[in-house]
Amino acid sequence: MEKKQSFFTSAGFVSLLSSIICIIIGLVVGFVVLLLLGGEKAYSDGFRQILLGGFYMMPSGIGKEIVTAAPLIMCGLSVAFAFKTGLFNIGASGQYTLGAFGGLIFAILLHAPWYVCLLMATLFGAVWGAIPGIFKAYLNVNEVITSIMFNWIGLYGCNTIMYGRGSGAMYNAKQAKTFPVTGGSLIPSKIFGWDLAESFGYKSCTIAIFLAIIVAVILYIILNKTTFGYELKACGSNRNAAKYAGINERRNIILSMLIAGALAGFGAGLFYLSGAAQWIPGDSTALPSEGFDGISVALLASSNPIGAIFSALFISHITTGGGLMNASLFPPEIADIISGIIIYLCAFSLLFRNMIRNLLTGRKKEKPAPAKAQLKPDAPAAGPAANDGKERE
Amino acid sequence: MFLMLKYALLSATVLMLVALGGCFSEHSGVINLALEGIMVIGGLMGILVLNLLPADTLPVWKVALSIAAAAVAGVIYSALLAFSAINLKADQTIGGTALNLLSTAIAMVVAKRFNGSQSAKLSYDNTPFMFQIGGLTVNVFLFIGIVLLILSIVVLYKTRFGLRLQACGEHPQAADSVGINVYKMRWSGVLISGFLAGIGGFAYIVPAVQVWNFEVGVAGMGFLALAVMIFGQWKPGRIALAAIFFAIFKSLANIYDSISWLNALHLTKELYNMMPFAASMIILAFTSKRSRAPKAEGIPYDKGQR
Repeated sequence: MEKKQSFFTSAGFVSLLSSIICIIIGLVVGFVVLLLLGGEKAYSDGFRQILLGGFYMMPSGIGKEIVTAAPLIMCGLSVAFAFKTGLFNIGASGQYTLGAFGGLIFAILLHAPWYVCLLMATLFGAVWGAIPGIFKAYLNVNEVITSIMFNWIGLYGCNTIMYGRGSGAMYNAKQAKTFPVTGGSLIPSKIFGWDLAESFGYKSCTIAIFLAIIVAVILYIILNKTTFGYELKACGSNRNAAKYAGINERRNIILSMLIAGALAGFGAGLFYLSGAAQWIPGDSTALPSEGFDGISVALLASSNPIGAIFSALFISHITTGGGLMNASLFPPEIADIISGIIIYLCAFSLLFRNMIRNLLTGRKKEKPAPAKAQLKPDAPAAGPAANDGKERE
Repeated sequence: MFLMLKYALLSATVLMLVALGGCFSEHSGVINLALEGIMVIGGLMGILVLNLLPADTLPVWKVALSIAAAAVAGVIYSALLAFSAINLKADQTIGGTALNLLSTAIAMVVAKRFNGSQSAKLSYDNTPFMFQIGGLTVNVFLFIGIVLLILSIVVLYKTRFGLRLQACGEHPQAADSVGINVYKMRWSGVLISGFLAGIGGFAYIVPAVQVWNFEVGVAGMGFLALAVMIFGQWKPGRIALAAIFFAIFKSLANIYDSISWLNALHLTKELYNMMPFAASMIILAFTSKRSRAPKAEGIPYDKGQR
């Protein structure tokens, strides 16, 4: 129907532009908050660090940025993958928790090699992701509610086992954390003779980031070049049409959530098996933030797996920068405010997209009907809402 | 037993208030996933006002002004959801999630700034909120909750406004065709939910302890309230019963070590904390096939759409 489009009016370019608009508005709001808190020091002691991110403290800052980016890429992919099937995976946090739990059991208690631990992390996450899928497919419970509940169930469950009344086998009572991962259970930092940890001067900088990028590329291929990926996207665009075309809708819902969970679990494995941090089981009422940041990553990337790499690097960039601010003046959570605002804006990014498209094409084309635009698979923000209206019936 | 009653009443009030909020919003056709975030903001503002009032303020004024602040903060914060979901026709689930994330970040920044330190813990005096009735300590929110419950039932079923609100959640096109302004109705639904959830957040934080760490937000209470609302089938009366049911589960975590047979089970606190969430999952699994949500909830209303 449409004639050949130029690059500048293509869907990809328009969504990139709308993401950039979201980012700019988010940063402006962040700067205003800094101004309110710190007055004339807002730029020198706060905003500069956020803009520079890891580059503010070369080279270890960059190392830290890369280490935090790896799990964010995975959680972003997890959320993005579910979006493609029209599901909203808000449970990445719980799946991430389970992944960390599975990986740490095999690393700390059994001293298994890192790839086995990583596999177990993936498996644990996959199981936790599949549960909301099963609830949705067979019991018709909205996956948003189920994932949220299972976030908490997973968190309390894992913590109670790891903490074990203060004497759990994985729990180091002296530091109030789990024991550190050591030896062969640590993901190596050397690749083709290049030692990442050494060049960045940051100990936990491992090949995790490359593993995450490889997974992103594989996911891109699955979604765009295979029948399976096409089926998933068809379910996301129009569930009834997919059913009519003979696609097994239930199987696809469960598989999609299972893979989403596996991705989040893999991300947790990448982070904790790199030795980047130790789990704090006592801190039992805060869900890991990576899962929620994954939502920002996926939305900023318009659910594109390759885009998720860059948006994860961006989120990691501003959170690293947030931690480098003058903490006596500016709490590091200002970075979270920025990313929260970005998600809020992404929720109506469709509006930005239509505006940009109209501007670029000089309003020659008629406005696309919003209802139809929402069904496009590359408009993730609209995916779940279009289908979920009646699901709790 | 008194102890259990005390904690159960405490959580029941909170869950009921917030679930009633969700009920108003969903009856107007907007899924309010931001309840958790609204609770955080309401609680934060209430505590700030409570701390900022001069020490010699009459206790009655302390109670009234801080609750009013919590409610107003909830209304203002929920306006962000209403604006994106109604005027900009954004995805309601994502908008709500964004507001939840934003609320914890805002609360931590404000609390740290208020303390002038790196800790997000705010302390306050909750004695004006408590009453003694024959050995049982109850808080003022119990009475507020009962009044608001009765008001909600009356408003939702006996007034023109309530019936119109429900029409907007069932079939907004039909409502519009008889001259009801759907956008206005949805705005009022969301703002009422902000009002109730703001008070609910304050009611969750204040009576239980004298120090609150905003790092944990309200620990999933807003999401539990959503489950209460679904379990209560979007009907205020049933919501109140569902809230009591959940509150008993919730209170187990607070009292298990003072009840001998529960203590003998040797379960950890985390497991008791987990129970309400697990219970809600089991209940939802069995009830969701029959449950009947407002038909048009979650779908942005577009005047031009057929």
